[in-house]
Amino acid sequence: MRTLTYWQAISEATVQCMEADESIFIAGEGVDDVKGTFGTTKEAFARFGASRVIDVPNSENATAGFAVGAAAGGLRPLLVHTRADFMFLALDPLVNLAAKWRYMYGGDKGGVPVVTRGVVGRGWGQGATHSQSPHATFAHYAGLYVAAPASPADAKGLLVQALTGDTPVVLVENRNLYPLTGEVPAEAIGIPFGVGRIARRGDDVTVVATSLMVHEAERAAGQLAERGISAEVIDVRSLRPLDERIICESVARTGRLVVADTSWARYGFTAEVAAVVAEHIPDALTAPVRRLALPDCPAPVSWPLEEAFHPGAGSIVEACLQLCGQAPVDLPALADVAAGFQGPY
Amino acid sequence: MTSGRARLLRDMVRIRVVEETLADYYRDEQQMRTPTHFSIGQEATAVGVCAATTTRDWVYTAHRSHAPYLAKGGNLKAMVAELYGKQAGCAHGRGGSIHLVDREVGFAGSAAILGEMIPVAVGTAWAFARSGEPRAAITFFGDGATEEGVFAESLNLAAVRRAPVVFVCENNLYSISSSIGARQPAGSTIRDRAEAAGVTAVQVDGNDVFAVHDAARLALRHCREGRGPYLLELATYRWREHVGPGFDHGHDHGYRPVEETEGWMARCPILRATETLREQDPDIDRTVAEWRVRFDDEIQSAVAYAKEQPFPDIEALLDGVYQPVPR
Repeated sequence: MRTLTYWQAISEATVQCMEADESIFIAGEGVDDVKGTFGTTKEAFARFGASRVIDVPNSENATAGFAVGAAAGGLRPLLVHTRADFMFLALDPLVNLAAKWRYMYGGDKGGVPVVTRGVVGRGWGQGATHSQSPHATFAHYAGLYVAAPASPADAKGLLVQALTGDTPVVLVENRNLYPLTGEVPAEAIGIPFGVGRIARRGDDVTVVATSLMVHEAERAAGQLAERGISAEVIDVRSLRPLDERIICESVARTGRLVVADTSWARYGFTAEVAAVVAEHIPDALTAPVRRLALPDCPAPVSWPLEEAFHPGAGSIVEACLQLCGQAPVDLPALADVAAGFQGPY
Repeated sequence: MTSGRARLLRDMVRIRVVEETLADYYRDEQQMRTPTHFSIGQEATAVGVCAATTTRDWVYTAHRSHAPYLAKGGNLKAMVAELYGKQAGCAHGRGGSIHLVDREVGFAGSAAILGEMIPVAVGTAWAFARSGEPRAAITFFGDGATEEGVFAESLNLAAVRRAPVVFVCENNLYSISSSIGARQPAGSTIRDRAEAAGVTAVQVDGNDVFAVHDAARLALRHCREGRGPYLLELATYRWREHVGPGFDHGHDHGYRPVEETEGWMARCPILRATETLREQDPDIDRTVAEWRVRFDDEIQSAVAYAKEQPFPDIEALLDGVYQPVPR
């Protein structure tokens, strides 16, 4: 199978879906510009032009409501936010309307399949409002699907599924994954929401992760193998619906759970996964759950503070060693997956 | 044969009779357990605008939804059943007064947050324009909603995209109990704000159903000719409290003077339209009286129907959140 980068996979999914379904259109601030949203909307604009790839005024609230109205009118909007932080301005249409539309109008009159892509992830000192990931915020609300693809294949498959389904979807993409390469099917095949993936098999400890943290967990598993510890890495792919079965089956086997996320622990993804295990298999755990998430402060800018802020493979290794009753060791330090980032922003 | 102008009067009488009857039941029986926002006194805005639309034009509203729903031709029985929370309701008891819907007639939905349906209508209008069909979307909202940021964003977006949307502002001077003078600068108008955003806009006496209707026809023609969005600022007044069946003036509420309310009640849109039509039809008062009887029968039987209907099955509580997935 040929390989594509993560951003190329998103671009390909978009173009193939737009070719197959002329009701799909892209809307976002600057989606038609020279950078084309990290390259992901560039080919779509070249192929389909300004009537289907529309640059909108700086109006996140109105644009999200506009998308709801367009979807009610039979179109399939794909909204793009180059910085997911701006999605907070679109919370009312997404949470109060899109998520509830089907239910509050009785369930049988159809939903509004608004698909929203939000880009998250650190760069150089992105700071408090550009280094956060709102996936748990959206995953809280019934009526939405929320996914955070970690691989190029999933970036394509989940977007295809979103653009061909009838449910509003929020897709959270980590910008540090855009250069990542991987095998991607040439066809536009959807990957269902709510089906996780075992990224690496193991027997001693389960690491449940999402987005960028899947890669950190895989790198951690490599180091743990050198210490004789076999870690299983679960990539949940979607946060809502959440594949509880794949998580519980793994933890039932390993007896140990580490959850790793790119956002905060409180009321977040790591809390949800821990709760799922506590509710379904309370006797399976042989050690306490460990959560690896952001420290409880906004993202700082200064380089050493920022380095300390983002959890990486090293902290996953430490947590797994501890759960398996092994002392911390001096393994070669791993640079973050995001360490290769080049500026200017 | 009822003339076009008499039909406007008739539709206002029907909405008045329906809402007054529902307000009485709401207050006396406490069986409609949904916040109701009545349009009693404001019938001319809903009727004048909706009568200018076809079923192919879609209407969205905010919370004060009964009058536009009925003016658009929405199913009365399904509306009343919805207020009683029954499965036979237009949203199967999941929506209530604030989330009415009747797609058959082009009543596309109503929602609670002040300005949130404004951009939705812009999006639907854009979808219509993209299909090349001469259809328009209409969105009703109050003066309070124009203070939300999304109103300004939506005017701009609609103007840039030349969306065939009619923004209908029912300016009734109050947002719950705050007067417009406390919320918007003296001397400013909503029309002016729309015009500043590049949207054609007019102010109309919202208690004159014929004037509203004429303005709405112009607005819809403007949209259908591809000339972009249009805003109608309609001056009107609600007689009852913001939410619920009561009169709230002259008691302990005190947020609006009794004289003000009485002045507006003297300018009742139904009385005014009746007076206008009396010149050409001396029998109009008798006709109105007959309509009242007919519509009273209709709403009584709709209430009886709603009461007889079953509540939704509790087993179905979660149904409809997501599209059912084939297994």
